[in-house]
Amino acid sequence: MAFVLALVLALPCAGEAAAADRRSGSDFMAPETRAMQADDMSNPAMLWVADGEQSWHRPEGAAGRACATCHGDATRSMRGVAARYPAFAEATGRPVDLSGRINLCRRTHQPAPPFASESRELLALTAYVAYQSRGMPIAPPQDPRLDPFRANGGALYERRIGQLDLSCAACHDARWGQQLGGSVIPQAHPTAYPLYRLEWQSVGSLQRRLRNCMVGVRAEPYAFGAPELVDLELFLMGRAGGMALETPGVRP
Amino acid sequence: MSRALVSVPTTARRGEVIEIRAMAAHLMETGHRTDATGTTIPRNIIHRFVCTYDGDEIFSAVLFPAIAANPFLAFTTTATTSGVIAFSWFGDDGSVQQATAEITVT
Ligand code: HEC
Ligand code: HEC
Repeated sequence: MAFVLALVLALPCAGEAAAADRRSGSDFMAPETRAMQADDMSNPAMLWVADGEQSWHRPEGAAGRACATCHGDATRSMRGVAARYPAFAEATGRPVDLSGRINLCRRTHQPAPPFASESRELLALTAYVAYQSRGMPIAPPQDPRLDPFRANGGALYERRIGQLDLSCAACHDARWGQQLGGSVIPQAHPTAYPLYRLEWQSVGSLQRRLRNCMVGVRAEPYAFGAPELVDLELFLMGRAGGMALETPGVRP
Repeated sequence: MSRALVSVPTTARRGEVIEIRAMAAHLMETGHRTDATGTTIPRNIIHRFVCTYDGDEIFSAVLFPAIAANPFLAFTTTATTSGVIAFSWFGDDGSVQQATAEITVT
């Protein structure tokens, strides 16, 4: 029986990878890139994590409150938080991703003007908060209010888009492990965001990655912060439930 | 903002070969790119890196526009004495980023 199972798992995959056969993007990387991610002293994303730690303690806004004023020691208060985002936000009646949640705190609790999408400050704080969950399993919230948004994310994932008329699933479920130009197509598990992408020479968010894939099939990408992107993030995190968080990752 | 990460062993035996690693946050703008309006973005790179050990220069490097952002340098030296290992990165814009680490040699 075990032998039969092993054979089945070894077959080239068509369709969504079975839970046991899910692989993080880092599994498809060259050994050098994996080594860069594994060593905090050569992982450039650690520069952002260090920046985020400083911002965590810096008083900001009209009330002069730091994140630490309310949340204390991030290594405790933020442990496991990134593993269950996007989560439902009462304030907006929609899911927010971790960066969106941080900006909600900035706007309503500090209060200070929210950081721009993809700004160094927002990426640094998000990386610092997510870093507190490194190694923990992704734990999508069982909140039924999220269901319609997750379903919409799933529908967007299956929908063909762009001049190349390809869905996310056409690459990431049906053709993962195959070569596309110089890159291997991964399974699209968002295990390591925000992450340092060598091509970007910078840290970037999951939304930036998704926009890249949309441009790749010559579709008009959704704007940063668009509800569709958050729904896709929610769907992808659900699909990666149980996999270990690697933030801050490195990708080619 | 923290702009550099350096790694030096905290302790070493006299005569031991130690590895030193240094990474600075920097865009390394090449001077060959243009912005959305077609205007050339001026070159702004770290052009020189120097590492001193107990005041003496032990390693330096000249950097060029083709070097990627957030340059990472690793090199070795011989542990001679307890003291400060200091790092400086010199930017085209006149800025200098600095970091230090201490080593105890027995
Ligand atoms: C034409 C094939 C193709 C399509 C269609 C595509 N992607 Fe990708 N995607 C890639 C490749 C190739 C990479 C890896 C790029 C690299 O490593 O340089 C990638 C990377 C990713 C990653 C990053 C995984 C990691 O380990 O960090 C995610 C997430 C992702 N894609 C999601 C999506 C979503 C969502 C869609 C649909 C909107 C989509 N992709 C459409 C080819 C595709
Ligand atoms: C005045 C107090 C206060 C400040 C300052 C504050 N927060 Fe919050 N934060 C809260 C409260 C209260 C919540 C719970 C959700 C809510 O009621 O808005 C929360 C929720 C969060 C969450 C989600 C936690 C979870 O378990 O889902 C994160 C992440 C977070 N804050 C990050 C930050 C960051 C980063 C900063 C600094 C930029 C910050 N917060 C500043 C009060 C604060």
